[in-house]
Amino acid sequence: MNLDTRPFRGPAPFASRGVRGLTARTLAVLACLLAFMSAAQALLPKDVVAPLGGDDSDAKVAAIASLGAIATPESIAFLKALRDENVSVTTEGRVLVVNPDATTEQNATDPVTGETLALPEGADTLTISNLLRGALDAAESGLRLLSPDVAVRRDAARSLQDHADPEQLPLIKKALAAEKDESTRESLAIVVSVLELKSPDVATRKLAAERLAETSNGQVRPLLAALIETEPDAGVRSAAAVSLHEIDGRLKRAEWMGNAFYGISLASILLLAALGLAITFGLMGIINMAHGELLMIGAYATYLVQLVFRKYFPGAIEWYVIAALPVAFVIAAAIGMALERGVIRWLYGRPLETLLATWGISLILMQTVRSIFGAQNVEVSNPQWMSGGITILGGVTLAWNRIVIVVFAALVVLLVWMLLNKTRLGLFVRAVTQNRRMADCVGVPTGRVDMLTFGLGSGIAGLGGVALSQLGNVGPDLGQSYIVDSFMVVVLGGVGQLAGTIIAALGLGEVNKFLEPVAGAVLAKICILVVIVLFIQKRPQGLFALKGRQVD
Amino acid sequence: MRRRGFIRSTLAVSLAVVGIGMSTLAHAADTIKVGILHSLSGTMAISETSLKDVALMTIDEINAKGGVMGKKLEPVVVDPASNWPLFAEKARGLISQDKVAVVFGCWTSVSRKSVNPVFKELNGLLFYPVQYEGEELEKNVFYTGAAPNQQAIPAVEYLMSKEGGGAKRWVLLGTDYVYPRTTNKILRAFLKSKGVSEDDIMEDYTPFGHSDYQTIIAKIKTFSSAGKKTAVVSTINGDSNVPFYKELGNSGLKATDVPVVAFSVGEEELRGVDTKPLVGQLAAWNYFESIKNPVNADFIKKYKAYAKAKNLPNADTVVTNDPMEATYVGIYMWKQAVEKAKSTDTDKVIAAMGGQTFKAPDGFTIEMDAKNHHLHKPVFIGEIQPDGQFKIVWKTKGPIKAQPWSPYIAGNDKKKDEPDLAAK
Repeated sequence: MNLDTRPFRGPAPFASRGVRGLTARTLAVLACLLAFMSAAQALLPKDVVAPLGGDDSDAKVAAIASLGAIATPESIAFLKALRDENVSVTTEGRVLVVNPDATTEQNATDPVTGETLALPEGADTLTISNLLRGALDAAESGLRLLSPDVAVRRDAARSLQDHADPEQLPLIKKALAAEKDESTRESLAIVVSVLELKSPDVATRKLAAERLAETSNGQVRPLLAALIETEPDAGVRSAAAVSLHEIDGRLKRAEWMGNAFYGISLASILLLAALGLAITFGLMGIINMAHGELLMIGAYATYLVQLVFRKYFPGAIEWYVIAALPVAFVIAAAIGMALERGVIRWLYGRPLETLLATWGISLILMQTVRSIFGAQNVEVSNPQWMSGGITILGGVTLAWNRIVIVVFAALVVLLVWMLLNKTRLGLFVRAVTQNRRMADCVGVPTGRVDMLTFGLGSGIAGLGGVALSQLGNVGPDLGQSYIVDSFMVVVLGGVGQLAGTIIAALGLGEVNKFLEPVAGAVLAKICILVVIVLFIQKRPQGLFALKGRQVD
Repeated sequence: MRRRGFIRSTLAVSLAVVGIGMSTLAHAADTIKVGILHSLSGTMAISETSLKDVALMTIDEINAKGGVMGKKLEPVVVDPASNWPLFAEKARGLISQDKVAVVFGCWTSVSRKSVNPVFKELNGLLFYPVQYEGEELEKNVFYTGAAPNQQAIPAVEYLMSKEGGGAKRWVLLGTDYVYPRTTNKILRAFLKSKGVSEDDIMEDYTPFGHSDYQTIIAKIKTFSSAGKKTAVVSTINGDSNVPFYKELGNSGLKATDVPVVAFSVGEEELRGVDTKPLVGQLAAWNYFESIKNPVNADFIKKYKAYAKAKNLPNADTVVTNDPMEATYVGIYMWKQAVEKAKSTDTDKVIAAMGGQTFKAPDGFTIEMDAKNHHLHKPVFIGEIQPDGQFKIVWKTKGPIKAQPWSPYIAGNDKKKDEPDLAAK
């Protein structure tokens, strides 16, 4: 105001070093600042914001896309408010940004005029449904392309492939021109081609359809398929069909790879569940019906370790699974050894009684856990580094938790093999299982070896439980669903053979996963059981039989 | 002296014994026995345990306010252990030995089918609190959960609408038993009536307790890459949902690409899952814990306090869900009907049930249909939030009437919308 009323006197006020000059300068700066601040709070075009207050969801999506294309600090702030659900619509359809931290009554701002006011009665939060969330994702990815961080740009470019809006094309082209990072450039080129599929110009569309043949991103496929159905021009259609054919070929290979991996992953789970049993049942000949419950105890140990970490070491929560491994091993092994000393050792050579006794123990263990932790499943979360997955060959997502478990299963097998074949304990175990009396005669403490072997088998079941807790449910009944599979693997592989167990697990996993897409999960399971029954009829000793003298 | 003393004391003792006996007799006459038939062990314990808890809470509450017709309610809790034939056995015991006036129970349709003949034979009364596939109308059963037109059909309509993403291709995924198979049969007929072609529907089932969803999710991905917006309708039941959603989260299939709407996943089932990758996935129910109204706030507060007082496992994280609300509403409606009939006689109570209203936690005063034994219920569709709760994105204007005989199954148009009362 002062600036306006004062007559202009040339450069004098600024040149003068007097107090008046200084005040004037400060005032000028302040005025600029004020103008800027009100701009920061407002100044979004009315016609862009207004549809958000209406009922038409297409118009809302378009409005969000336009806001993303504007790409000013104001529109970015507004998009953020939208995502945080801090935008409300009044009963007259006026769109207001709500400040949740406001201390005064004036808690709402009009994004068009910048006016602040109290949120009127009856105003409703603008809910972000999937449709709007998709639009927001796209808009924000577009904005993140301008980030100075390469990783952010790369990620943004990749997510734009899934849902970019034609309005963003100029923004993306600008980003592509300025982009230095090769991977980001590639992703952006695909996005541009995808968007140009909707171009009104026939030649542009054709070129775009041709260029897309080189991508191996499965997300592009639906766009091309849709184009073939709606495209008026025959040339573009045939270009799209050629590209589609190439992508399909690539996806087919990817699918095959995917099935192979899913088979290995299932095999690793079967193996972890069965490996302990391969020792207790395979080597020692004990029909341990409580094996499943040892898996369950391993899973509950993981849960407990997670609780302890949440309470006492929240900083290291990401690594609780690692810490759970020794804990689960020790707890399961201790319970196993107590079982062996307390019950099973009195029943050696009486398989029927062992079966009944261990089945009873399994019920006791289940009910104990149910009494302590409740009948409900407990939550065991995946640490961040085991969540999500990597996408290979454009279509197959391999989940991190499954990859980690495959590696873990391999490590456990290696460990068990070394233990049995390279250590003194392993030597004793083999001696006792091959000829108990002779081993006793030459001074092997058979009782202690029995206990330790059973403990080892149980401990490995505990380790399996840790792995299972990362994939499925952790509840008192967890063991029940694995006990049949475990026996199946051990029997199929040949009792007493570690290698047989591994091959059987791999075979079952792969056969199951290649059957499942064709036959469905229910039929696949039935088929496998039938095949196993037939196989055992033909070859009761399993895949690999113990050569030489039998264990008895 | 000594002898007289002896006689006197004997007399006193025997009098006391008689007194105690009479008082228990009087006590027995003063209560109404109520059966609770939910699995507290086995696979379904995950879902049914909380229904037993909420039923006991409601009974406590009614007793605290003076009971029903001046008599206290006495709950008889039995555990059918997720074993379907055992449900029938326990139901028989409740009706003929314990002489309960009413039974609140069952979750899976197969357990309900197993007890139906028992209730018919002994003329008992069952309140069934879970959404189901319809195709049934028993005189002795009141259905306080949703029929298909109160859950499945509105959910699919929502996904077809612009707001829901305009889905054109459908994956019908379920556990392999009667409820998912029948629901999917109805949905298939419904989709066809909306012009969806056979090629655009994929139906797939997994066994109970299935835990490896890699292949199914890869299949959904392939199916969805055919150029049309795809949506998944999941009728997966029980704890299989946890591995399904974990796999879904890890696969990077987002709700914005392929939305999944579930009919058997509620707040309780999500307690065991990390919900951050699942934000935006949908569920359709007639009640969510996140519904804001005073009745619901009171209901949640009461249940939380009850869980704490009774020291239930994980009492600090308990949630409420749709079947729990349905149980709560069912018990109160039964109480009102008994008071109207002035008797706990099954036939009189059945006659008094029609037209009962109750101010329910779902925010509406809901009504028991005059004839068809089902509640008029509002339908809500919610999106999963990072905290495991649901945000409501769509709802009906008010309660809608149940159609137990879905018009999308051939031959149902001839069936009467009320149970056959003549057949006893």
